[in-house]
Amino acid sequence: MDAEEITPEILPLGQDGVLVRFARAVSPEASAAVARFAAEAEGLAGEVAPALASVLLRFDPSQMGRAELVARVEDLLDEREWRGLEDPAPTRRWRVPVALDGPQLAEAADLAGLSEAEACDEFLATELRVRAIGFAPGMPYLGFLPEHWNIPRQTDLTPKVPAGALVVAVRQLVLFPTESVTGWRMVGRCAFRPFRRGAKEPFPLAPGDALRFERVEAAELERLETEPLGGAVCEEIG
Amino acid sequence: MTTLRVIDAGPAVTVQDMGRPGWTAKGLARGGAADRLALLEAAALLGREAPLAALEMAGAGGRFTVDAPTRFCLTGARMKAEVDGRPVGHAETALLPPGAVLRVGGAEKGSYGYLAFAGGVFGEDWLGSRAAHLLAGVGRALAAGDEIALGSDPDPEAAARVLVPEDRLGGGTVRMMPGPQTGLFGEGVLERFLDTAFTRAPQANRQGVRLEFEGAPFESETQGLASDFITSGDVQMTGDGRPYVLLAESQTVGGYPRIGTVIAADLPRLAQAQAGDAVRFEMLAVEEADALWESEAAQLARLRKAVQPRVRDPHDIPDLLGYQLVGGVTRGNELED
Repeated sequence: MDAEEITPEILPLGQDGVLVRFARAVSPEASAAVARFAAEAEGLAGEVAPALASVLLRFDPSQMGRAELVARVEDLLDEREWRGLEDPAPTRRWRVPVALDGPQLAEAADLAGLSEAEACDEFLATELRVRAIGFAPGMPYLGFLPEHWNIPRQTDLTPKVPAGALVVAVRQLVLFPTESVTGWRMVGRCAFRPFRRGAKEPFPLAPGDALRFERVEAAELERLETEPLGGAVCEEIG
Repeated sequence: MTTLRVIDAGPAVTVQDMGRPGWTAKGLARGGAADRLALLEAAALLGREAPLAALEMAGAGGRFTVDAPTRFCLTGARMKAEVDGRPVGHAETALLPPGAVLRVGGAEKGSYGYLAFAGGVFGEDWLGSRAAHLLAGVGRALAAGDEIALGSDPDPEAAARVLVPEDRLGGGTVRMMPGPQTGLFGEGVLERFLDTAFTRAPQANRQGVRLEFEGAPFESETQGLASDFITSGDVQMTGDGRPYVLLAESQTVGGYPRIGTVIAADLPRLAQAQAGDAVRFEMLAVEEADALWESEAAQLARLRKAVQPRVRDPHDIPDLLGYQLVGGVTRGNELED
């Protein structure tokens, strides 16, 4: 990993937003910096949210001007070296059943230079982390797969993947909470929904959570559809 | 408690308030009214200290009736309205007597009309808001036969009031500020963008508005860029290099490059543009944009001061007498007071 990639920039995002971008491209190192900064910036603004390579601080301009917030962000950035950080240890670990029978599994494996069986082994063997939640409510960006999974999105969009679709691109897996259009390739299906509208905890996942997929067959997945978390189990660590 | 009954409704009438701020980290955009100013105007007209949930009517209204007298007003897009055949003006309060039929027609100018009641619309509360968020599967469009609880009007006999709404219908120039990816567009591309006459395309919803134009796509150096935060007002260039401006129900993170962000004060103008309306962009410096920020509390305080009693023309007097007569009949308890 090229350490030179991590160069924090402070940028505006609307009149009430400051974005701290650690890198332009996705990388484990950028995500580690994001996780660390988001934790340390908590309380600096009304809302602090991590994404793949950036942290958003949404502030109330009637309470604090941009210049003041930017000065505080600069102070925080000056406190440490943001290159070469490791991910903070997870506090929760999920196990999520998946049926790896997506219509584009073969195509995705091929782009990664793997057989279907090898591709599935890697999806199941990698301990993933929730790197960001966004696009749709509750939708996790899970990373990172090995480097050969740095495969592009499709040029054309798939008009519709179902709720629970597991799709892959750019070293990440994404789990759709609802039916959606996507440019990523669908490799599997989960009964777990990361957005549960009526539930007490509508958004079960949190950024930083560790997650590992466990393979089930299609018939078993169908049975899991009736379980509240689609068979997913969350273990608190430490 | 008052019950509002929907006799019939256009295809996209939803309950909206100021939305659910604070859920960006969970992937949920704030949502709420597409034209937030319209809810602030309604609150000012109805004498409220905070905006209330109201009906947002995209393109077309509907017919409504209530079971207790309540004042209401129409803000946002201009929609022809009448109570039992008697016309009701835009941005003024009027009384809806029980059993009378309020008919709100199609939008003559603008896209999103708002029907606000003095006691507010109740309906289902989720994460501190009653706003439908269709992208998230929260709430739904209203349909014929729906019944919705309204807060009681504390003062249905209050004198009619009127407000001159800020002109924002029919398109025009909207101001924007640089965003995290503005620098990825070449100077020439940005200049051409600011020189381009756009028109609002027919494709639009609460998520965003597509703009049409003549000429080459607006390209940028965004190959390999990580998906990043989006905010409402962002002008996103989709894969084909054509702008799509994100509104209240935007996604929170996305991979398409964004050339800048429309400032909050001008977003209602963009949301209200109808298909075919001309739109241009003007780029402000960040400091200029920040200086134009006004909290919604301050906007409401300013609007409350701008509200005037409605001065009636002599030809309205028979209407006035008619309203009093109806009020006397329907209240039916004056002698007991």
